[in-house]
Amino acid sequence: MTVDTLAARGLVCPAPAAEAGRVQLGHGSGGKMSAALLAERFLPHLGNPTLAQLGDAAVLDVGDGVLALSTDTFVVQPLEFPGGNIGTLAVHGTLNDLVMMGARPRALSAGFVLEEGLPFDVLDRVVAAMGNAARAAGVVVATGDTKVVERGKADGLYVNTSGIGVVSPDFRPAPDRVRPGDAVLVSGPLGRHGIAVLAARGSIAFEVELESDSAYLGPLVERLREALGPDVHALRDPTRGGLASTLNEIAAASGVGVALREGTIPVPEAVAGACEMLGFDPLYVANEGVLAAFVPAARADDALAALRAHPLGREAALIGRVVADHPRMVVLETGIGGTRIVDLLPGDQLPRIC
Amino acid sequence: MKYLNEYRDPALARRVIGQIRREATRRWVLMEVCGGQTHTIVRQGLDALLDGAVEMVHGPGCPVCVTPLEQIDRALALAARPDVVFTSFGDMLRVPGSDCDLHQIRARGGNVRIVYSPLDAVELARRTPDRHVVFFAVGFETTAPANAMAVWRARELGLDNFSVLVSHVTVPPAMTAILAASDNRVQGFLAAGHVCTVMGWTEYEPIAARFRVPIVVTGFEPLDILEGMLLAVRQLEEGRHEVENQYVRSVRRDGNQPAQELVSRVFELVDRSWRGIGAIPRSGLGVREEFARYDAERRFRLEGIRTTEPAECRAGDVLRGLLKPIDCPAFGTVCTPEHPLGAPMVSSEGACAAYYNYGRFRATLSV
Repeated sequence: MTVDTLAARGLVCPAPAAEAGRVQLGHGSGGKMSAALLAERFLPHLGNPTLAQLGDAAVLDVGDGVLALSTDTFVVQPLEFPGGNIGTLAVHGTLNDLVMMGARPRALSAGFVLEEGLPFDVLDRVVAAMGNAARAAGVVVATGDTKVVERGKADGLYVNTSGIGVVSPDFRPAPDRVRPGDAVLVSGPLGRHGIAVLAARGSIAFEVELESDSAYLGPLVERLREALGPDVHALRDPTRGGLASTLNEIAAASGVGVALREGTIPVPEAVAGACEMLGFDPLYVANEGVLAAFVPAARADDALAALRAHPLGREAALIGRVVADHPRMVVLETGIGGTRIVDLLPGDQLPRIC
Repeated sequence: MKYLNEYRDPALARRVIGQIRREATRRWVLMEVCGGQTHTIVRQGLDALLDGAVEMVHGPGCPVCVTPLEQIDRALALAARPDVVFTSFGDMLRVPGSDCDLHQIRARGGNVRIVYSPLDAVELARRTPDRHVVFFAVGFETTAPANAMAVWRARELGLDNFSVLVSHVTVPPAMTAILAASDNRVQGFLAAGHVCTVMGWTEYEPIAARFRVPIVVTGFEPLDILEGMLLAVRQLEEGRHEVENQYVRSVRRDGNQPAQELVSRVFELVDRSWRGIGAIPRSGLGVREEFARYDAERRFRLEGIRTTEPAECRAGDVLRGLLKPIDCPAFGTVCTPEHPLGAPMVSSEGACAAYYNYGRFRATLSV
């Protein structure tokens, strides 16, 4: 029987996710289920040319200038973890989305959903951390909102931040500007945020000495901008879904292939060890202080030097290249000469049995 | 990473590949038993590097894949009960039952939680005395000791709100069933290193002798697997059929005897049906009468489960090594990790998922 006739008979999985008619946790993973949620539930009603670009931030021409606008909502558990808390994430996350589009951030808004019973000392630490993070980045929290819900209706506290920044015409990195021949760089070691939060949640039974990498990436982008200017073709921060998901999105946006070399990708020992134990792949683990940059291969050394001149980029590395072969596909060359696909995951990574 | 990078050394790997190619005078068909080995083979592209010298067919050793549909449906029925907290390793959550999976039960309000150890489920039961905690005890001999320990510990703590839904299977009966089949192609086995860490390899000696096949107890890293292949090919070329141990850093002939003892005190051999393969006599473990109150199937009335398996899924042929995933008409079209027809497309150890995640690139190149 051919595949066509199978499909024509409407034979699908006995449990297609779409037929469940409900939101599942996997819809929040940043993988294929998240993409489907966006395409099927949101874009049909909210779609417009600006939203359709699906960049980290929207770039808006407002007549006498160009603005970038971004929003992000934070629901992390636990609220506090080694290396940061939900407040630092909320500031860094939104600002990083702006700088990835080449914008210089100006102001943030912050909206809070607070659960009845949340201790003030936790709230104080979160808000103080937001203030410090915003000041360090040179932006103000210009407006905000608070709501309180009954105990049990929220997980302590949720934060939404939105940010605006100014884009200048001479520096416009964008996912669709990536070209075959570009080098792929990362600014630092991968997977620290995801594993640090997993460990802080107490859901793994071994000790992991690791801090979240949560950081504002503006200074790194400024160095790239000074060194390479418009030769910076695209920037992304690989947060939820990890580097693998980000590279797949870039490959899809530009219609190119990405070829990675396994041994060149920086992964801290503690992350690699935890991933071995859990059956995770570090390429899919979240980061909050790493950027991926796409620059012409001839400028790769300049870009690496610029990144490494800043403490956040000391371990920057060249991890692969953009190719015309296998468009829209990310392929990894393994240590012993084999190749494999690095695909989008359907949902969250699942710990294995044995 | 120390103790791992040594087994992933590219130069050594190329040397062993060359050695296998030199020693093989024809193409030999080997089966790796364990899904973890399947993933290393496909992920590292070892099968392609040995094309012509060794054909690897992928065995039934993925615990998620062989868990029968009726046990998945029982899990779904338990997880939907308001008085139950259903705990499981993450792998099992996306395995399709007859009409949904555990993720969907959770979205509909079922209390389903991922745990990383069965003892975490016991601890959860201790902390929530007003709810009954069920743990989905699946897997081969590798996971059986920890699951037996959970039952043992629950009895020690005097817990009355903990039970296990058991779907344990054992490797030797499955190997025998594969070798005894009239359409068998397998000429040698890479046995599963971690199963043998627990059980040792004495059970394999009569199988090697009866069917005249080499069986090499093998680890999971690229160099382990290549060395296991080399030892098996060498035996085949020399006409030997012995049990050999490649995984010397973990496996002894008698295995881990305290673990075996615990398993045999809590569990006993029972007939089990394997998803895609069918019933194999005395191929599984069930809870002994002495521990009946910790057996979810005895505690809860779970009869009347009627299952429907999609007819298009050829997981059984894949699990018996008769069909390569990419040769299945449904592969990558009507059957994908987002919409799996069968369990081998779901689990991180399933052969179909391994080909889908890592092998499609080579498949597209060879077209």
